Amino acid sequence: MIKRQHWSIPYFIFLVFFVVLPLVLVAVYAFQDGTGHFSLSNIVKFFSDGDALSTFAVSLEVAVENTAICILLGYPAAWILANKKLNRSAVTIVLFIIPMWINALMRTLATAELFNMLGIGLGKGTLLFGMVYDYLPFMIYPIYNILNKMDKSYAEAAEDLGATPSQVFWKVTVPLSMPGVVSGILMVFMPTVSTFAISEFLTNNKIKLFGTIIQENINSSMWNYGAALSLIMLVIIGITTLFNNEEETKEGGVI
Amino acid sequence: MAIPNDVIINIEHVSKSFGDKKVLDDINLYIKKGEFLTLLGPSGCGKTTMLRIIAGFAQADCGIVSMDGADITGVPPYKRPLNTVFQRYALFPHLDVYDNIAFGLKLRGVPKDEIEKKVKKVLKMVSMSDYEDRDVESLSGGQQQRVAIARALVNQPKVLLLDEPLAALDLKMRKDMQIELKEMHRKLGITFIYVTHDQEEALTLSDTIVVMNGGKIQQIGTPTDIYNEPQNSFVADFIGESNILNGTMIKDREVSFIGHDFECVDEGFGENVPVDVVVRPEDIYIMNKTEGAQFTGVVKSCTFKGVHYEMFVDSDNGYELMIQDYNAFEIGSTVGLLIKPCDIQVMHKERVENRFEGEMTADDTVKFLGGEFKVEPVEGVSAGDKVEVSVAFSGVDLLDHTEEGNLSGEVHFILYKGDHYHLTVLTDDGDFVWVDTQDIWDKGDLVGINIESKDIKITKKND
Amino acid sequence: MKRVLSQIYVWILLILLYSPLVFIAIFSFTEARVLGNWTGFSMKLYKNLFTGGMQGASSLVSAVENTLLIALIAAAVATLMGSIAAIGIFNMRGRGKKTIQFLNNIPMLNPDIITGVSLFLLFVFLHISQGYLTVILAHVTFCTPYVVLSVMPKLTQMNPNIYEAALDLGATPSQALRKVLIPQLRPGMISGFILAFTMSLDDFAVTFFTRGTIGLDTLSTFIYTDARKGGLTPELRPLMTIIFTIVLVLLIVINVRQASLAKKSSR
Repeated sequence: MIKRQHWSIPYFIFLVFFVVLPLVLVAVYAFQDGTGHFSLSNIVKFFSDGDALSTFAVSLEVAVENTAICILLGYPAAWILANKKLNRSAVTIVLFIIPMWINALMRTLATAELFNMLGIGLGKGTLLFGMVYDYLPFMIYPIYNILNKMDKSYAEAAEDLGATPSQVFWKVTVPLSMPGVVSGILMVFMPTVSTFAISEFLTNNKIKLFGTIIQENINSSMWNYGAALSLIMLVIIGITTLFNNEEETKEGGVI
Repeated sequence: MAIPNDVIINIEHVSKSFGDKKVLDDINLYIKKGEFLTLLGPSGCGKTTMLRIIAGFAQADCGIVSMDGADITGVPPYKRPLNTVFQRYALFPHLDVYDNIAFGLKLRGVPKDEIEKKVKKVLKMVSMSDYEDRDVESLSGGQQQRVAIARALVNQPKVLLLDEPLAALDLKMRKDMQIELKEMHRKLGITFIYVTHDQEEALTLSDTIVVMNGGKIQQIGTPTDIYNEPQNSFVADFIGESNILNGTMIKDREVSFIGHDFECVDEGFGENVPVDVVVRPEDIYIMNKTEGAQFTGVVKSCTFKGVHYEMFVDSDNGYELMIQDYNAFEIGSTVGLLIKPCDIQVMHKERVENRFEGEMTADDTVKFLGGEFKVEPVEGVSAGDKVEVSVAFSGVDLLDHTEEGNLSGEVHFILYKGDHYHLTVLTDDGDFVWVDTQDIWDKGDLVGINIESKDIKITKKND
Repeated sequence: MKRVLSQIYVWILLILLYSPLVFIAIFSFTEARVLGNWTGFSMKLYKNLFTGGMQGASSLVSAVENTLLIALIAAAVATLMGSIAAIGIFNMRGRGKKTIQFLNNIPMLNPDIITGVSLFLLFVFLHISQGYLTVILAHVTFCTPYVVLSVMPKLTQMNPNIYEAALDLGATPSQALRKVLIPQLRPGMISGFILAFTMSLDDFAVTFFTRGTIGLDTLSTFIYTDARKGGLTPELRPLMTIIFTIVLVLLIVINVRQASLAKKSSR
């Protein structure tokens, strides 16, 4: 009768043009040399470039560390905030969300300035601290959300079946909140791996992250190499997402 | 079929499929002016699709819908002179009660003061007079229901369509609304087409009931016809309680079932023809003495149901019968049982065995229903031949795990036949397989289907 | 005891989170050009910010203007396109629906830098000179998926018969759309717009790669260049303080209102 489904066609065309085509171009540029011929030279260059490889390794390391610290600090916070007995105020969670709404660059600069004033030398430590500071809310919020919506009867059922409070926590609450942790990981790990401005400010350019070398290459018109590096990052992101999706569906099956 | 001249809606050869699934299969139906007609059937039987085709929300794949003699098959819903009361009311949440009811009138450009008069009048009719300014989401289910009816009736439709309008209400409320609907129908004199899966509701409200299943009309008739003379085992099972049993028509006016011969009133079935027999539980006479009884049984259970007792009795030949009586009989006692000829309803069997089209893929393998089965080789039948496959109901084995069977499917319909269950199983490819079994399955169970080679009979097709 | 300990834990985290912001706010009330020097209370930086009495003031003001303008246009376009698309997607079935939903997820999962670099390559490839238009197109690209995601739930929550009820009562399809469908979707469209607007305000990486070389600056890119030149323009301190205060007040008001509404309706 009325073909409402056709309404998505303009957006579909838009997506193809501004999402699919650009990503294809990343791949195309990555496999071309400067003259437009097919070439693996960019990929080869990356794997033979010691600096680039070590930057890559450092980026992954920082991202993993940052994500781990965010989980360790964020999970208890989310749990406390979602627990009606321990936290009666609805405003506390809002206070954790607010920083998410403020420009990350501004917050990073403020942190870097604070370190400067306190006389703390900028380096790996400040980088990690700044990253945790930037991304902690993104870990807390999804975990809080899922804990807050979780049906209390799961915990009550576990207690009824003889679980102690700590068993309830480890065997029921934690497994059921895994989807929240997973989306927290997505929201923390991926931006950390890809960030460039933040690391520049927090380390005074002492530590370069992967994002920074992509940016430097693109800005100095080394598009093909920049595209190749982007493609490598895309592969990493793709793997993480796939892994997370699998986790999510598995968890979904349990509930 | 001769069609009377007071028909308002006529449906001819209407079919509809969603993908591979045929939801309506060649439906023919006429609806008379002023009648209260109910489309009754289990969920998925096609009744709501039928209503949506009448309303114009869905288009039939083929067939004609006409109203007052004019073909309206392609007319969009907003140009049809009929209105619908939707299953979950579908009141507009952003409008108050008044604006919901006035919606249709405003679109037609009815003058303001006339709208107000009409809305007030219809609100009074559904006893919601003081609710004009209320937010619809603040109303109870019953009140929302009334507003939905008022919103439809204010447009003075020739036909009112109601799609399970009472399904969301609790039992008490439902009973009250049934009486009000019936009263409204009487006062307004317009045609009501009502969709429900609740057989009791259908029996209470309707002038005519159309029983549907599997996209086909099973029976059309008055409530009494449908109850007393069900035309097949589906209708008998769906409407009211019943004992449905396998029987054999020995000759005119004599039928054999549960191991005894009974006198009956049916004729014209032929001699020694397998039939289905229906006996309503209140039509079996039960007594403490056994002399004068046609057969005997032992009371297995006895439950008080308010007005009557419901008992399960094992007959002398091992058939379980449901019996309703005002008196209770002691569990374990032997009772005499009697069925009057006019209380025995004899029906043609729709089928006596499974029949499929098949093809030989090897001399000892046949492919049908999308699966391959071993068969005992038959002389003259070889690979590549097209064959007719027949399997007795009891020859089909159902398995707990779908992956263990040659085929898998879902239990679609269950009929208890006194000493065994007769199941309709829907295979994954959308074919039906009928199974007789002693095992207890539930509707919706996923099962594996196996057929042993000895149970498969093949005959070569001549053409 | 347990309660006290957990409250302490939560508040320590909050203090850590907020200390840099508070620190910036405090030093926005002094004149010292170097952060950390307190040369007495002064509103001079605020005055400079609003009257433009400072170096590079015009570029800061125009950066703020650009930021707001781009966010407004991008959010408006994204809301329009996203809402229409959501209705389309909702009515689709099967493979087509899965495909478009998958594509819709890509901009949300893609890191900013990839979105930025890939769009940069697109514009280079097509020889489109970069400036306002490319930045707005880029922002529409990463904003629209959020609009689709905010409108979708409104469509699924909606009683599917509502649209049909309007037709049944005599509304033509376009009347049904205007009088029934759009009012139902409005809350989702509004929250989609707000989300898109803030995403655009917040963006740095995508703007950075798609703004070209015409000297177009948004607040983020201004801050970035400014900080790399060595030391923040002091007038950014009052600006940050103002933005921070607005966001804080807005979010608290919204959340308190929502909480009280929820309480009311649960009664």
